[in-house]
Amino acid sequence: MTTPSQTVGPYLAIGLPWEDGPTVVPEGTPGAVWIRGVVTDGEGNPIPDAMIETWQADPRGRFDHPDDPRGRVPGFRGFGRCPTKPDGTYEILTLLPGAIPGENGAMQAPHIDVSVFARGLLNRVVTRIYFPENTEANAADPVLNSVPEERRGTLVADKTDDGYRFDVRLQGGAETVFFDV
Amino acid sequence: MAAPTSNKLILPRYRRDPEGTHPPLDSPGYRSTALRHPKQPLVLLPQMLTEVTGPLLGPGRLGELDNDLTRQHAEEPQGQRILVHGRLLDGDGRGIPNSLIEIWQANAGGRYRHTGDNWPAPLDPNFDGVGRTITDSEGRYEFTTIKPGAYPWKNHDNAWRPAHIHFSVFGQAFTQRLVTQMYFPDDPLFFQDPIFNSIPDEKARQRMISRFDYSRTTDHWALAFEFDIVVRGREMSVFENEEEEDE
Repeated sequence: MTTPSQTVGPYLAIGLPWEDGPTVVPEGTPGAVWIRGVVTDGEGNPIPDAMIETWQADPRGRFDHPDDPRGRVPGFRGFGRCPTKPDGTYEILTLLPGAIPGENGAMQAPHIDVSVFARGLLNRVVTRIYFPENTEANAADPVLNSVPEERRGTLVADKTDDGYRFDVRLQGGAETVFFDV
Repeated sequence: MAAPTSNKLILPRYRRDPEGTHPPLDSPGYRSTALRHPKQPLVLLPQMLTEVTGPLLGPGRLGELDNDLTRQHAEEPQGQRILVHGRLLDGDGRGIPNSLIEIWQANAGGRYRHTGDNWPAPLDPNFDGVGRTITDSEGRYEFTTIKPGAYPWKNHDNAWRPAHIHFSVFGQAFTQRLVTQMYFPDDPLFFQDPIFNSIPDEKARQRMISRFDYSRTTDHWALAFEFDIVVRGREMSVFENEEEEDE
């Protein structure tokens, strides 16, 4: 029944980006961090015609959405969007999400859902960003644990001076883990 | 903190799409997939809170003329004026209200307003090819625009993209996010287009083709095409009862 997916093509940058897309919270927001990275192809070359979208909970682990069973908490957009530059890089300014309820009363480690769109990608691919300081929560996270151990590292960002680095490798050595949602 | 005290976290769940609905990421006919499709298998992600919620992007994002691509400049763009309308629906036929729809497209000569587009069709100073709107309470939307032209690309010998408009929709959940392309009826270029033909299921492929809608044409003004966009249907489920099977 559903409408099929198609590629965004090479010219997504004329239709999709917003001026405030990369800033989930305004610059200067206390506690805000930059998540930066590069999107690369199977030969390790940067992809200049890709776009990253992020979706996440607020610092208390809540969503500004009516289907959050704890009730909607308006105010945190939770959504970021950044086309890649000619050097394949993107950047998102946001607040770190809190832990999020999972199945059977267990908690999920703080994470951000990511969609990747690009010319040559006929459907978006989906991944998650986890944070390196949450060692215990990450070790107990059901989604991370469903990923082969040797590949889990591709889902954990690296700490930088002003935030984190999270690269997306669509193919090849250390290919990022992508999820079927 | 409003942490749940019960483990009965009741969330909507979104039915997965049948095999063949979406294109394989590895579609060799479309050359650019070669280095950009993951080679490792995708890992199944259970739908949890992050996946069943999604951004609700409201009217604050829209300018007054964003849904009329023919009025964004001092003069009118060249080309055949058309109304494109339809509904954003979920797989159970329910209209999705208050949801952002974004479109982008080439001009009547088949050229995009983008520095990377070198096809020597004229650029139209009165056409940006970018539109946005919000669905109404029943999921309806409409745009006024011009019919985009076909254009050549380098994928294979004598390769031409059928005329199309790019659509981006969010639905109400991360699982419903969709970017697609709307095509026009009876386009003679379908047979050779690897992007259109990347959809394995014939019926699913046909759902990307709009319907000519004489009833919405306007005398001496515009032709009209209807295009419904369907994203996944939802069902209620309790996470404790995961043995329930999706249909």
